[in-house]
Amino acid sequence: MNQTPASLEGADSSGPSTAGLELKAQHPLVAEAVELLSSMRFAISALVVVCIASAIGTIVGQNAPSINYVNQFGAFWAEVFSALDVVRVYNAPWFLVVMGLMLVSTSLCLIRNTPKMLREARSWRDQVRDSTFPAFKHRAAVALASSSAEQRLAEFSLALRERGYRLRAAAPQAAGRLPLLVARKGTSNRLGYISAHLAIVVISLGGLLDSELPLRTMAWWTDKAPLQMNQFQGNEVPGSARLPAHTPSYRANSLVPEGGTTDVAVVSQGNGSLLLDLPFELHLKQFRIEYYPTGMPKLFASDVVLKDKETGQEKTATIEVNKPLIHRGVAIYQSSFDDGGSHLKLTAYPMAGPIRSGLPVELTVGQSVGLKNSQSNLSLELTGFKPINVENMGEPPDDREAEDPFKKHVATVLSPALNSEKSKQLRNVGPSINYKLRDASGQAKEFHTYMLPIELEGARVYLAGVRNSPDEQFRYLRIPADVKDSLDEFMRLRAAMADPTLRAAASRRFAAQSAPANVSATLAESAQKALEAVAEGGINQLGQLLEKTVPEAERERAAEVVLRLLTGAFWELWQQARTKDGLRPLERNEDNVRFAQLALNAVSDAQLFDAPLLVALNDFQEVKASVFQVTRSPGKTTVYIGCLLLTLGVFAMLYVQERRVWLWSQNQGDEVELKMAASTPRQTVDFEKEFTALAAVLSANGERRT
Amino acid sequence: MNTASSTLNPTDGFLIRRWGLWDLGFGLLAALGAAFATQRYAAFMDIYELVILWCCVPAAVLLGYFWAALRPFFIGCAAASILAVAMYGGTAASAESNFLLKYFLASQSAILWMCALFAFATVSYWVGLFAQGQTALWMGSLLTWSACVMGSIGLLVRWYESYLISPDVGHIPVSNLYEVFILFAVITAMFYLYYEGRYKTRSLGGFVSLIITAAVAFLLWYIVARSGHEIQPLVPALQSWWMKIHVPANFVGYGTFSLAAMVGFAYLIKENAHTTSTWKLAPLFILGVLLCAEPLVFRRSGLPDYWALYFGFSAAFIGAVIALRRRIGAALPALEVLDDVMYRAIAVGFAFFTVATILGALWAAEAWGTYWQWDPKETWALIVWLNYAAWLHLRMMKGLRGQVAAYWSLIGLLITGFAFLGVNMFLSGLHSYGTL
Repeated sequence: MNQTPASLEGADSSGPSTAGLELKAQHPLVAEAVELLSSMRFAISALVVVCIASAIGTIVGQNAPSINYVNQFGAFWAEVFSALDVVRVYNAPWFLVVMGLMLVSTSLCLIRNTPKMLREARSWRDQVRDSTFPAFKHRAAVALASSSAEQRLAEFSLALRERGYRLRAAAPQAAGRLPLLVARKGTSNRLGYISAHLAIVVISLGGLLDSELPLRTMAWWTDKAPLQMNQFQGNEVPGSARLPAHTPSYRANSLVPEGGTTDVAVVSQGNGSLLLDLPFELHLKQFRIEYYPTGMPKLFASDVVLKDKETGQEKTATIEVNKPLIHRGVAIYQSSFDDGGSHLKLTAYPMAGPIRSGLPVELTVGQSVGLKNSQSNLSLELTGFKPINVENMGEPPDDREAEDPFKKHVATVLSPALNSEKSKQLRNVGPSINYKLRDASGQAKEFHTYMLPIELEGARVYLAGVRNSPDEQFRYLRIPADVKDSLDEFMRLRAAMADPTLRAAASRRFAAQSAPANVSATLAESAQKALEAVAEGGINQLGQLLEKTVPEAERERAAEVVLRLLTGAFWELWQQARTKDGLRPLERNEDNVRFAQLALNAVSDAQLFDAPLLVALNDFQEVKASVFQVTRSPGKTTVYIGCLLLTLGVFAMLYVQERRVWLWSQNQGDEVELKMAASTPRQTVDFEKEFTALAAVLSANGERRT
Repeated sequence: MNTASSTLNPTDGFLIRRWGLWDLGFGLLAALGAAFATQRYAAFMDIYELVILWCCVPAAVLLGYFWAALRPFFIGCAAASILAVAMYGGTAASAESNFLLKYFLASQSAILWMCALFAFATVSYWVGLFAQGQTALWMGSLLTWSACVMGSIGLLVRWYESYLISPDVGHIPVSNLYEVFILFAVITAMFYLYYEGRYKTRSLGGFVSLIITAAVAFLLWYIVARSGHEIQPLVPALQSWWMKIHVPANFVGYGTFSLAAMVGFAYLIKENAHTTSTWKLAPLFILGVLLCAEPLVFRRSGLPDYWALYFGFSAAFIGAVIALRRRIGAALPALEVLDDVMYRAIAVGFAFFTVATILGALWAAEAWGTYWQWDPKETWALIVWLNYAAWLHLRMMKGLRGQVAAYWSLIGLLITGFAFLGVNMFLSGLHSYGTL
């Protein structure tokens, strides 16, 4: 490439400079620091750090309870992540510092470049002498007869105007040194640069206003201490955990049951929450969910009445997803929904012991009740109720423990696209409850039971799930439903299994029917042992018994025999139990046999279920609650202005090409030499084309030089 | 006095062509279409959607002004779609009985045609790179245009079909993975066709069609293995007019970034056409294979045969392209042209991506309560944006071009790919599509 003076072409001083601001400061270190801070290499490095940190933040889940990290990464890495604030990257001090430095850097860059940019944008560069003509990369010269010079000039000017240039003609008597004509276009490119980079500063400032920083600062300044909110009622929360209504910026949640009113919201602060007093009262008249025929939610809407505390004015509105209610700078969004204290009628069935009848319990969601008997002292905590569960019945579950084929009903509104499984398989399987059983020592297990039986693999079964800790999946017990679609028959059988007398009687009866008298006693004994093993430890225990008593070679054969014994004795047990309760024995048809098989599996699995009670739902009176997100974002308008500036700036920088053209003329006898030069800060193919076209206009029918 | 006449040529670039009768006529037609839509469907639209509808008229006119081929394209797609809607006659079952609907114009048929045409176009373009004469390349062009037409018809008819299921279910078809993949393929192809016309070269067709074919491969698998083509209703969070502008803007970004990456690949092939050094060729091969491997990581467990085949075939193909680099390099246009296309594609992509991210933030403020909450998708959109901002900065400030810019563009596709798909597949968040 030819040597061009730096002031004429190229990406140098005509564009923004990438070196740092050079201060004349006393201390060389200060000058160096400022230079570094305002240079582009610093900005890029800071950006890279932000990118990597952000990416890590997306992969390591943010703000989850610390136990999750220990489970996922091990104790050591969980410690490291916690120490480095990787679990809350976006609010970590070091992250904010880096963002702050980027902000400073951008601002300094703006300060440094804006005056120069504005100057360049306004200047015509009409002092460029024609002695520099040879230094231009894009230049053309033509010699013409003096008579046609004026015509040519006019044509050239027209060509420039058609291409969007603005022209400035100098006085003709400027002795050929200075340009006769200067043209420029696209100087708003420089304004675009200023706009885009200013936008970044503006957006950052707005974002800062809406970040956690103001809230945390205010909480720190006024000595607020977060608490665990679920232990308190609204009035009991002390002032040290309350934020005033005029808190400038926050994102809070508020749960309102149907028919209820709230004037507070909860701001979570990592290790606890603060209670925010709202400047209004929000009353929920009704929360509505509508569904599509496929079972997916179609609409979440809350009919509310908002009463301003100051003016007493009331406003009625419906809050839906994508349609928030905005009142004096506070925006209320439909975030989620939950149970608002539904009244449930339950039955607590014993899962051990010879008693088969359940205890009726009436409880409200969120409450607990103590259940005492001679052996145990339990607390039943009712934690959740869902009236509708849309599950994907497409794939049969692989085993008892798989929860995968079931799709969780989307209780929050946050999942935009649906899973691709066949929608025809989505069905509402009816209501379900979540409850905890806490024993005297404080240990609790969590349970999840469905109110209605579900058809799985051709049989109607009740599902009862259990898990020991929140980050486990539920494991489900499948209890077959009887002909009346209830749990009664199974409970009868279960109670019978727990009765040794009945077991003995059933075994004898079974043996008497299946074998001649001389072997029937041994047969009865084996059957009874089998029943006992299953009653005490499930089929596993039976398996262990076999392993202990039978040599390996014969085990398979023996297992087959034992299984047949077991099934037969179990059947007899059932009939005996029915007779004892005054019912007729059942015939051995396909349905009954299958019921017995499933019941046997369930009795065996009940050992793994390992709970003294099974709580089933009989009836409910639903009260819904709507969860709102309440936010105040004072920086929003600032950010939006910044976004507009950014858009305009980016488009201007990319699509507005700054170009300049100079024309000199020199009289040489009866000839005139016209010299044209063009320059642009950014070389593009388009510029080449335009220059070629302009040069062609200039030198049409003339003698081209250079 | 001055009788100088215009010195402009029609191909002289942006904004200097005179507005003509064709523009006026097209504008009238577009306005007529909007009026027709308003009269028939205004009950289904709120004020914002009506505004968007009417803004499409000047947008279409401007696009037709910049690129004349778009005018017959829009008219053709609109006419075919209207024909399809008329043939449906309000009953979804017509798709079984009506011949044209069943084999051409019903949305699934049209989309399958699009897939097939893109596949043929790829073959055509690659044959054209090696063959004498321009026939195969011209064929590739024609097939790509046809594929774009069929893809657009497919989307438009799908829009109507969703309303046939039920007025509640009806929505613009940009709401799930399946639909946006079709949008991605069509947008990438359209941008390619524009550059093909502008720079008067068809040899890049083979390269750009690689990424489009990858999208088609995914689409076909998704239909067969996951029934992804079924129209699902919108969850409440998506029931908004914002979706109509946020998603297409995003896909202009993704499409052009992908196009730039493929052009970058072409650049590197041409640049290294005469190299025999393994050091220089190995990174190219590795990067290409990595890009092909990206869809493989989106599997639940095990490697389905389809994807194993896909990976194997792609790796072999890239190896072959590198092996035949001299021949291919000779058929490609000049390095400056490749560089310019890459720059232009990234520039337009960056501009639209900026707009799309801003629209996303505005939508989030209305739906989720805050315009930025470091959701994985938002965060990765920022990372993609910063990546290309850096690319543009270094090009404009430091004049970065050549191999480094091309490699960067190719690596940018990895990042874009993760932001587009990986986030939705792997990371849970507000944009999650769920596992595949």
